[in-house]
Amino acid sequence: MNQTTPISLSRRGLLAAGGALVVGFAAPRCATAQAAAKLAARTPDRLSSWLAVQQNGDVIAYFGKIDVGQGVEVAIAQIVAEELDVDFARVRVVMGDTALTVNQGGASGSTGIELGAVPLRFAAAEARRTLLNMAAAAFGVPAANLIVTNGIIASGDRRVSYGDLIGGRDFDVALQWNSVLGNGLTARGVAQPKPPSQYRLVGQSIRRDDVARKVFAERVYVSDIRVPGMLHGRMIRPPVAGATVVSVDAASIAHLKGVQIVKNGGFLGVIAPKEWDAIRASQTLAVTWSDTKPPFPPFEHLHAHIRTAKIQGGKTEFNEGDAPAALARAAQVITADYEWPFQSHACMAPACAVADVRADGVTLWTGTQKPHYAQAGVAAILGRKPEDVHAIWTHGPGSYGRNDSGDAAIDAALLSKAAGAPVRVQGMRHEGHGWDPKGPASTHVGRAALDEGGHIVAMEFATRAFSRTDVDSNESNPQHSLAGQMMGLGFKPTPAFGVPEGAYKFPAKHLSWQSIVPLLDAASPMRTSHLRDPVGPQLIFAYESFIDELAHAAKADPVAFRLQHLPDERSRAVVRAAADTFGWQGRVAASQIASGNIMTGRGIAFAQRGRTLVAIIAQVAVHRDTGRIDTQRFVVAHECGLIINPDGLRRTIEGNIIHATSRSLHEEVKFDSSAVTSVDWLTYPILDVTEAPSTIDIVLIDRPDQPALGAGEASTRPVAAAIGNAIFDATGVRLRKAPFTSERVKVAISIPV
Amino acid sequence: MSQTLTIKVDGASHALTLDDADMPLLYALRDELGMNNPRFGCGLGQCGACTVHLDGVAVRSCLTPISAVGGSAITTLAGIGTEAHPHPLQAAFVAEQAAFCGYCLNGWIMTAAALLRDKPRATEVEIRDGLSGLKCRCGAHMAMLRAVRRVAQA
Repeated sequence: MNQTTPISLSRRGLLAAGGALVVGFAAPRCATAQAAAKLAARTPDRLSSWLAVQQNGDVIAYFGKIDVGQGVEVAIAQIVAEELDVDFARVRVVMGDTALTVNQGGASGSTGIELGAVPLRFAAAEARRTLLNMAAAAFGVPAANLIVTNGIIASGDRRVSYGDLIGGRDFDVALQWNSVLGNGLTARGVAQPKPPSQYRLVGQSIRRDDVARKVFAERVYVSDIRVPGMLHGRMIRPPVAGATVVSVDAASIAHLKGVQIVKNGGFLGVIAPKEWDAIRASQTLAVTWSDTKPPFPPFEHLHAHIRTAKIQGGKTEFNEGDAPAALARAAQVITADYEWPFQSHACMAPACAVADVRADGVTLWTGTQKPHYAQAGVAAILGRKPEDVHAIWTHGPGSYGRNDSGDAAIDAALLSKAAGAPVRVQGMRHEGHGWDPKGPASTHVGRAALDEGGHIVAMEFATRAFSRTDVDSNESNPQHSLAGQMMGLGFKPTPAFGVPEGAYKFPAKHLSWQSIVPLLDAASPMRTSHLRDPVGPQLIFAYESFIDELAHAAKADPVAFRLQHLPDERSRAVVRAAADTFGWQGRVAASQIASGNIMTGRGIAFAQRGRTLVAIIAQVAVHRDTGRIDTQRFVVAHECGLIINPDGLRRTIEGNIIHATSRSLHEEVKFDSSAVTSVDWLTYPILDVTEAPSTIDIVLIDRPDQPALGAGEASTRPVAAAIGNAIFDATGVRLRKAPFTSERVKVAISIPV
Repeated sequence: MSQTLTIKVDGASHALTLDDADMPLLYALRDELGMNNPRFGCGLGQCGACTVHLDGVAVRSCLTPISAVGGSAITTLAGIGTEAHPHPLQAAFVAEQAAFCGYCLNGWIMTAAALLRDKPRATEVEIRDGLSGLKCRCGAHMAMLRAVRRVAQA
């Protein structure tokens, strides 16, 4: 560890394979065993764990998070190239391979740039400093006198390249590491990164290369992984949630070739040499399930259930002034109640994973956005050491949090262990919708106290909801996996929700949440976990709708009202930018309701996520006859500190707006007493391209004086409120229950106000 | 009850031995021929990720029994163009950076290719109607519309 050693053959082989995961399957067992042997060497306190310079001067950056399709690796490469003073094209980013990257928490909480890039920025700066010192020693001149251009160090007419100095050898440099793994990991050397005023690559709209790989059918997804001797698995889930397997009738699938049945408690799967046979076996196998009482309340009673169910935990997150006293003596109290449904990740495909469990080690190909935690979870369920498991993150069919891929990883490992062969498992569509962890359903009550003059003297906002984490946001503990729960390892939900962030100032303000016990104390298709911007859409739908209701009660323009209660200058700037770009003319909402069939309106919502700020204005048309909502235009003003890649940021925001519009207008997990019943795209509709807005105008506010902040999710959270506020402006009807389906809107606007 | 049949994919013929003639074409392409596109998304014909062309017509291979293919020419995403010789839509999708995870792209490009072959100057409404029903969960709709428009308006 303490001397600079030539890169080992095994390491070199891994580097070659690292960027193209399809490579290496000719001899996967050999390569993966070597990879596992290298695991212990990659610790965050070594510069070589973050960066390598090859002999040709190309740079490899080892990123311990992953990209879910927003192009974060481009930003990482920009930052590394910037600090190292090499061309962007020279940097390749390796992500999410547990043998090659340290655990930076995977994709998590929009921290890819805000937290994940920080050690890489420091590492690149430290690598540059190290290389300059090497050149200074070679040239016999002070490092300060050297000039670097695209990885070539010059002193007068003498030149040496990074590749010449260190190519193919590890950096022998220690870093200061805070001993934290995951999102909070920091590590740095002594070098100071560049000031933003010197940036030439950071801030440029450099394009993604992976789009071409996908367009030309070259990108390998986890479902495309094929290993010699690989079998195909399918899981079989209970028809009544909570039921366990009593018996299976193997004769019912005797006509299918080579099918194995794997059963362990309630864990039930089939394995076959041919995928189509595994599918047919899973659909044909006769299973006797335990006679279990269907556990779920009537769908239409969901929110009544939330209001009456047992509380599991809760917290007052913010308390300033004396809101209860102000409410008690108020001249007027305005109260409103909001409801949000369960929602599904509903990824483009049900999750897939490939596991190869061997005596000498375990290889896992997984689409999870947290491969280091999948490594730990698979090790735990198999009774192996984490370092025995090599998890290779491979692109999945979309990832917006803890979807079904973590469960697929553990299922694949158990099936492979049972079969003694590599197993690829993929869900069917009904499992993707029916058995993924869900975004929690919630209720929210806003109460505001007004004095005699109509001024708001207190704001109280209370949430009562399902927890956001019936299962953890990663799969490192098998108790938080379907397989573990079905095998009887237990069920350990954590009470958690949250309160709205944001700088609204009132004389008294009280923000709190309570979470109720889960619907089923066992493996449940309704268990909750993190779904893009966990609890943000729920909270901000309710909070920003309520702010709008207060503006209306005060007979104030919604933009002016927000500015009046937002003292923070950064917050005011995004609200103003959105209004200016929209061409907002101030007036009281719902003061210009059309009498014809088409009613148009505009609504604003503002939100903070961490330190990222977003204001969104939606313009909608409401069809009186059908209740259909057309989202005609969105204006988004977005401030996330220093911008690394403006075009990448714009597209990320567009994706968030579309995803969140879909959730606002359509998405609602349906269920009966036994199971989820919204199990495909007909029963769980999402936004169709015919419903996509005409325009999304995006205003980026760059703040080079601020750190680069997260943008992966923030623009998701104000969308539902912006649409709901626009519907109110158009119709005078306040929708306090999401989603705003045509049926719901039609009923709401047909009731006289 | 094994049977052997021949299918033509991207200009090449392949002999397959199958014991279920009702197996969807998708599994023949992926599991017998080792192709990565098309993709499994729903198996219900609801998302488009499995789209291929049969004699130029966009079909959902997850619902097309292998026995129904006959001698039709099957074209996949890999067969409509390459990086060196891209289909205009492939070039447009790259130019517009029209993808997030990209798992759905197969369906959008293959469906748009059939649409624009029939309506090379498709209007905005025709483009949206022609692509209706395809799923994209990450929300790349705006960029994908820009890409298709770029070709229709070229």
